[in-house]
Amino acid sequence: MLEIKEIWKTFNAGTVNEKQALRGVSLTLKDGDFCTVIGGNGAGKSTMLNAVAGTFTVDSGSIIIDGVDVTHLPEHKRAKFIGRVFQDPMMGTAPTMQIEENLALAARRGQRRGLGWGITRTERADYRELLQDLSLGLEDRLTSKVGLLSGGQRQALTLLMASLRQPKLLLLDEHTAALDPKTAAKVLALSDKIVEENGLTTMMVTHNMKDAIAHGNRLIMMYDGKIVIDVSGEEKKKLTVPDLLALFSKVSGSDEADDKLLLS
Amino acid sequence: MNIMHLVNALPGVAAQGLIWGIMAIGVYITYRILDVADLTVDGTMATGGATFIMLTMAGVPLPLALLGAFLAGVLAGLVTGLFHTVCGIPAILAGILTQLALYSVNLRVMGQANRPVSSRQYELLVDQQSVRSLSLDNPILVVAVFVAAIIALLYWFFGTELGASLRATGSNPNMSRAQGINTNFTKVLGLMLSNGLVALSSALLAQYQGFADVNMGRGAIVIGLAAVIIGEVIFGKLFHNFALKMLAVAIGAILYYLVYQVVIWLGLNTDDMKLITALIVAAFLAIPYWKGKYARVKVPARSAANAEVQTGGEQDA
Repeated sequence: MLEIKEIWKTFNAGTVNEKQALRGVSLTLKDGDFCTVIGGNGAGKSTMLNAVAGTFTVDSGSIIIDGVDVTHLPEHKRAKFIGRVFQDPMMGTAPTMQIEENLALAARRGQRRGLGWGITRTERADYRELLQDLSLGLEDRLTSKVGLLSGGQRQALTLLMASLRQPKLLLLDEHTAALDPKTAAKVLALSDKIVEENGLTTMMVTHNMKDAIAHGNRLIMMYDGKIVIDVSGEEKKKLTVPDLLALFSKVSGSDEADDKLLLS
Repeated sequence: MNIMHLVNALPGVAAQGLIWGIMAIGVYITYRILDVADLTVDGTMATGGATFIMLTMAGVPLPLALLGAFLAGVLAGLVTGLFHTVCGIPAILAGILTQLALYSVNLRVMGQANRPVSSRQYELLVDQQSVRSLSLDNPILVVAVFVAAIIALLYWFFGTELGASLRATGSNPNMSRAQGINTNFTKVLGLMLSNGLVALSSALLAQYQGFADVNMGRGAIVIGLAAVIIGEVIFGKLFHNFALKMLAVAIGAILYYLVYQVVIWLGLNTDDMKLITALIVAAFLAIPYWKGKYARVKVPARSAANAEVQTGGEQDA
């Protein structure tokens, strides 16, 4: 479903701030894979996700989604294949627009937007039902501005929007990091539910090792712009946080990195 | 200070205010919907009138001359849009560049700094002479029909998929791209639409005052902003429907001209008007900021939850 081949990205090349964010990352996800991504700050997790989403173009290498080479497609054209939820709850929704208008925008992801109605009556009824399933009490607030919602509500709505038009690939970029623990757990459970119900191929970046182990069928750890650990299947199910830390110090060849990873 | 002088001026205030109202609705599209301060309009506000007059003098029928003026504005918006999106120039600077370029273009179009157009010689749509007449060609009525039609069309447009993608771009460009919206395209489209309306307003103004002048757009952006802000301050709590918000902008423009007229009636020097306008707009922009920064609102414990929702709403409005 997703093929990342040897992608490299350097930011601020030739300046004192030069940063090799991605140094030859390769990764292949099968249809329906749910891959969690961990690593310290600056390891390249979000950069990899943004490279796939098209926030910037990579310096070299290629990205293929469902057989289509998207390496040189701009962000808005890749959106056809990709559903995204961001770390910042403000990023995923249009605050000055109504809940139902946001959903209607998402329902047209990747389609040509013409002079047809931005939202139809049947859509409104559908959205009410969908929101009822979320049980956030939003089904009676369809015409409320999204700016009035809490962070958790927005992330839940963004998740719903990302999956409204089935994406080939769902990218969750630390989407619970800005939420309180209780809300984070709720949003995470909802993510699981949506991924499972739709059989979505998913990449989820997280800072929480426990979450990374508990969710999905594959786990990768990044360090210094590379994928250093890649476990899946039975091996991943048996994984514990101490295992993961031991594995990491072996691969990275340093113990101090443990602290860096844990603290980040 | 004879009050009748002021009363006598009121029909003119209404007509001129409504004409500038169309311009202000154009500013509303960029400033409020796209979240871009577009300074192109100072140039476009002369381009529309210049184009209209030259087309009329060349014997082009009135509807086509109006369309020509509109398209000239659309073109100006396109230039600013391309400066901004293709050349990566910040929007505000892109507008200033086009505005400056338009000064030369406007001179070229008219061949001189000023062009008169007389209703005795040509068929015109709005004419200052009939501003007090109770007939169908009273400019107040004619322009009011224009304003109503424009509001209706925009209300429809911003309800379509394309219009919604424009609103989304202004609200959150990151989200818009993630939803597959080409935000460069929507920005350019918004700038074109906005400047088209401004040029149309300019064409009507040129007819009303009987001439186009290369300086007629100087400070237009500030007048447009004044209309938008006056409309919001007065009707913000009342009007939530999108069509009504645009109506508020048009009324804001009329109120601006009312203030202008009162200032003249009070005997102030009209040369000072731009200074006064700038200060009024600055004050209206500053008040909401100061309010948010310094005001402590006392909320009864009982309705605290309600109030939270209320302030949230104001932030977004």
